[in-house]
Amino acid sequence: MAVELVKIVSKNFDIPDSHKLEVALKNGRYESIDKAFSMQPDEITEEVCKSGLRGKGGGGAACGPKWKLMPPVDERPRYLIVNGDESEPGTFKDRQIFQYDPHLLIEGIICSSYAIGAHDAYIYIRGEYKWFIDRLNEAIEEAYEAGIIGEKVMNKYDYRIDITVHRGGGAYICGEKSALIESIEGKRGHPRLKPHGKECEWFYGMPATVNNVETISSVPNIVLNGYESYTKWGTEKAPGTMLFAMSGPVKNPGVYELQYGEKMIDVINDIGGGMKNGMKLKALIPGGASCPILTAEEVEKAYLDYESMWDIGSTLGTGGMMIIPEGTSMVDVAKNLIEFYHHESCGQCTPCREGTGWIDKTIKKILDGNGSEKDLDTIIDVCGTMNGKTICVFAPAVKDIIQSIVEKYRHEFEEHFKS
Amino acid sequence: MSKFKYTEENEKEFARIAKKYPKIDAMMLPALWLVQEQEGWVSPDAMVFVADKLGKTPIEVYEFATFYTMFNLKPIGTYHIELCKTLSCMVMGAPELKKFVKDTLGIGPGETSEDGKFHFSEVECQGACGGAPMIALNNQYHENMSVDKLKKIIEECK
Repeated sequence: MAVELVKIVSKNFDIPDSHKLEVALKNGRYESIDKAFSMQPDEITEEVCKSGLRGKGGGGAACGPKWKLMPPVDERPRYLIVNGDESEPGTFKDRQIFQYDPHLLIEGIICSSYAIGAHDAYIYIRGEYKWFIDRLNEAIEEAYEAGIIGEKVMNKYDYRIDITVHRGGGAYICGEKSALIESIEGKRGHPRLKPHGKECEWFYGMPATVNNVETISSVPNIVLNGYESYTKWGTEKAPGTMLFAMSGPVKNPGVYELQYGEKMIDVINDIGGGMKNGMKLKALIPGGASCPILTAEEVEKAYLDYESMWDIGSTLGTGGMMIIPEGTSMVDVAKNLIEFYHHESCGQCTPCREGTGWIDKTIKKILDGNGSEKDLDTIIDVCGTMNGKTICVFAPAVKDIIQSIVEKYRHEFEEHFKS
Repeated sequence: MSKFKYTEENEKEFARIAKKYPKIDAMMLPALWLVQEQEGWVSPDAMVFVADKLGKTPIEVYEFATFYTMFNLKPIGTYHIELCKTLSCMVMGAPELKKFVKDTLGIGPGETSEDGKFHFSEVECQGACGGAPMIALNNQYHENMSVDKLKKIIEECK
């Protein structure tokens, strides 16, 4: 059966001027607010828990249980921080929301802030997205002027909500939630040490929740239509939909909303239109550059949900599929990616700072024709020294992608020894 | 004491944004963006100014500014061409665009043309992978880029 698009988050994307408040209001935006304010905050959290909504920023953690990590409401201020950093190569889905339906994000922020008891929300967006930041700010301004946010919600609910867009400065690591908070707090984007038990995030020492843009944008539909409207899509463990991104030489690259669990090759052919100009698929990175690479044979067996991807030794990540055609040197792919990671390592942990540099140098040595089998062993060894020995998952991500390329395409590296 | 000053308009903008945060420290990124938008780059003198405004030491501002790649720490050309080099752009033709810039303007990554008009940067993923290859010209994205399209853009800037 052909893969079909689902329109929940992306419902308004194709409507002309969908970013403008007037058009947004005519097309269902802010309809969830009355329902939300007819509920107790805990009831919204329960509804989100039952929906099984999972974080769309890469980790896939359940959203509702994350909200429950916030301490009981007291006199302290508490915050919602929306992660729109989106710096993972292959990932360009949140920008569709900024561009085509910024009011959906604002609506999601109102529902989510009310649920967790927050009055101030900060949206952290990568600095490169200047155009998208301007568009989102225009929508926020419209929402303030219309009395949708501000001292009262929708001019009638006695609940203050202020939303601020915070422009990043071009650092991939600021997509990591604790680095993101450090960055807003005016520091270098260095990830924080994690506590032993699960707890909320802390912004200037006050309780905070960090959620991805798409996650927050999924909330209004769940509030308005109930969790059952969401769980009818997807799989048992991954209910609902996700904005999947496709890049590389397919006929129709772009962002498409699909339910979880679709067969990857069908998505590439039915939605992506298949490979361009008679090219053949060689490999694919399934969910942004940090996920272990899949060979063309593995792509045939892959399904787009978290558990299926783990079963075949990769991860779903952000759902950003990067397609690599036949004729591409996998040593060049490894070089390209390790240059990225070497450049973007925040430098806080030695295994990551030194490890990315070491692998970068070793792959260049191989490409220069000066490599040997021993160098491949060194790369695998360095990957081992990086994995699980750092504050954040940046280094394990580097290990995942680089080790998988070396193991699955070892012969291509060896070709360089012979020449 | 710094000789740098915000324009009157930016001074007001700084005060407006600062009210949105629980602590002035959060103004580090916004303050530097205001400097760069005003001057095109962030000079050491401007860093002293920002430090004074935020109650920081100049070295703290310097440490911060050097961590984030988008702050220009020296003057750059009128037109900043940023070419994405990361995987999808590489696969879709970024290396040809890099060669074209070198052949046409005579500048490689990190260099400014002799007339001071163009500055070229090779940057990591810009989140435009579906429209690869891409360049950003003074923050404006141009996707599905080709040598012909880039040639036209450069001609228009000349």
